[in-house]
Amino acid sequence: MFSAILVMAGIGLVLGGVLGWASIKYRVADDPLVEKIDAILPQTQCGQCGFPGCKPYAEAIAKGDADINLCPPGGEEGTKRLAELLGVEAKPLGGGLEPKPKSVAVIDDHTCIGCTLCIQACPVDAIVGAAKQLHVIVASQCTGCELCLPPCPVDCIHMEVVKEDVANWKWRYPIHTMRRVA
Amino acid sequence: MNRKLYSFNGGIHPEGHKDVSSTTAIRSMPLLARYVVPLRQHIGTPARILVRAGDTVLRGQPIAAAEGYVSTAVHAPTSGRVIAVEARPVPHPSGLYDLCVVIESDGLDQAAEFLPMDWKALDPSALRNRLRDAGLAGLGGAVFPSYIKLNPGAARSLDTLILNGAECEPWITCDDRLMRERAGEILQGVAVMRHMLGARQVLIGIEDNKPEALAALRAAVVDGEVEIVAVPTVYPGGAGKQLTYTLTGRENPAGARSTDIGVQVFNVGTAHALYRAVILGEPLLSRIVTVTGHVARPGNFEVRLGTPVRDLIDAAGGALAGASGEVVGGPMMGFDLEDRSAPITKAVNCILVKDRAHFPERPPALPCIRCGACARACPARLQPFELYWFSRAKDFGKAQAYDLFDCIECGCCSFVCPSHIPLVDFFRFAKSEIWEREQHKSGADQARARHEFKEFRLEREKQEKSEKLAAKVAENRAKDAPADLQAQAKHAILQAAMERAMKTREGIAPRNTEHLPPAVEQEIAAIEARRHAAEATDH
Repeated sequence: MFSAILVMAGIGLVLGGVLGWASIKYRVADDPLVEKIDAILPQTQCGQCGFPGCKPYAEAIAKGDADINLCPPGGEEGTKRLAELLGVEAKPLGGGLEPKPKSVAVIDDHTCIGCTLCIQACPVDAIVGAAKQLHVIVASQCTGCELCLPPCPVDCIHMEVVKEDVANWKWRYPIHTMRRVA
Repeated sequence: MNRKLYSFNGGIHPEGHKDVSSTTAIRSMPLLARYVVPLRQHIGTPARILVRAGDTVLRGQPIAAAEGYVSTAVHAPTSGRVIAVEARPVPHPSGLYDLCVVIESDGLDQAAEFLPMDWKALDPSALRNRLRDAGLAGLGGAVFPSYIKLNPGAARSLDTLILNGAECEPWITCDDRLMRERAGEILQGVAVMRHMLGARQVLIGIEDNKPEALAALRAAVVDGEVEIVAVPTVYPGGAGKQLTYTLTGRENPAGARSTDIGVQVFNVGTAHALYRAVILGEPLLSRIVTVTGHVARPGNFEVRLGTPVRDLIDAAGGALAGASGEVVGGPMMGFDLEDRSAPITKAVNCILVKDRAHFPERPPALPCIRCGACARACPARLQPFELYWFSRAKDFGKAQAYDLFDCIECGCCSFVCPSHIPLVDFFRFAKSEIWEREQHKSGADQARARHEFKEFRLEREKQEKSEKLAAKVAENRAKDAPADLQAQAKHAILQAAMERAMKTREGIAPRNTEHLPPAVEQEIAAIEARRHAAEATDH
């Protein structure tokens, strides 16, 4: 009787020790779920979801503080993938948000006064310029977040929808006429 | 001569229709009034424009230079004036417009100076750069800049150079005619390729339905260093990977390049263009194009790049009544041309004018019955019916897992499908969707990195600022410290002086109780005594 209790207690101690050691040795530093969610988000950094960037939104989703349908640049596709990752039901964009076609910001070089306000607003440093010098947006790096529009004191920035050209053209989904089989 | 040949999986035997265009010699075209030269004629970055509207150009003068690594130059097809640099219809499945240089011919066809290249003496990288500036790109259809492929690399692991003269696609005969008529020139180009790559053996693979081309090349080989091999006629025997397997038995691992298995493949037309560029010094200005199908006088033409398709069809006697559109390339892999004003580019090897008899409307598709005919026909040994399900359902991850990107889009599966399902259309759709996703992904990764760096930079700037401030305060304090000491010393001196002054003043101050007459002193003593008495009684 006494030896049985001793054996069980011994096993318990050993296993507890192993588990305790493993939890320290193999500790996951960051929440991997946040990384996974962040990888799906489009990294526009536009803040339309109400969070200051994609990473904070990812953190909020992971914590359960935010819904998955608040990202217009990610669109329906993004919501679907988030739903798949989190094992929840996909849903249409919420909060009165609308997906927009991919656009880039363009500075009108006749109006720009070189105030650097847009440079400070750009979340991905895609605007080049200096004080009292003309600013230029690097189109290939622009995420189309529109954050540079409100700070401009002379309203010289506008959004241009990215047009389809030979380089970015895609094959369409085949129009597939199926014959009815009676 | 009895080389062991390997046969790849599947393949089909469509009707060839080769003799429609292969029986007449290559014809030249009259000089046109106008040429439209696109800047995107090769795989990679479009060439960078060098001319402006109003400039005069000579034949062979570069009008656009290679931009970046995967790119090559573009040249004026004739002498004349640039009248516009604008978006024009181009031969592309999208039917979209692309940037073109429009040249109005002056009728003189004056050539720029062409400098032949001393290929044996020239430094290999200098020679490659000359070929890049000569605008050389693969003329088999992929139009990959040739100068990149002619780099043997540091490992020099290349042992086999394969020249592709198989021309397996039905209707097309431009390589056939080129080999028949210019075998010697092709072999001179091959000699340059061999020199540049240091290949141990050179094989020219030609399908056995072209006995004249085989005979012409065999007759032209002088030193026996080049082996002319007749390969069985089976579509797609002329696809790079399939021809490599047929000739060497080596298979490209998925995602690997042919150079990884020691093989480099060029089209015979590219060898001919290389001969012109190196031996004659002439950049790539023209190519052989087959005009066939429902036209009055089908055949092959030496066509200047930039010639509108309409003019080329006119040169072939024009389309016959009942023509139902044009295909760029062959019936298996080509695409419908949207606009006949689109020009011939480096990639266009054939203009096929369709008619209803040869190209009936594709019947409506029936459901897939999983018969497996497509898998038996697939030269890449894929399972097209599975890929079809996944592509149709937009399950791209699964499609990739089933090696969608090993599909060469040869069209065998669509050809044999008893349900007439346009399988290749689905695969092309799936591929371009996946490419776009990957682009978005890399764009997002870049944006994330840039955003994180911006945040890091802001944080760093803030820290630097506060550090600077702290440093300044400390510095000021350090500067103040010696002044303090001085002040203390001064203060001490002052204090001492004041104390001394106090003492002397105390010393010299007269007291009104001193030096008094004895009567007054007595009186004072009496008063004091009274006060003491009073104080004593008070207590």
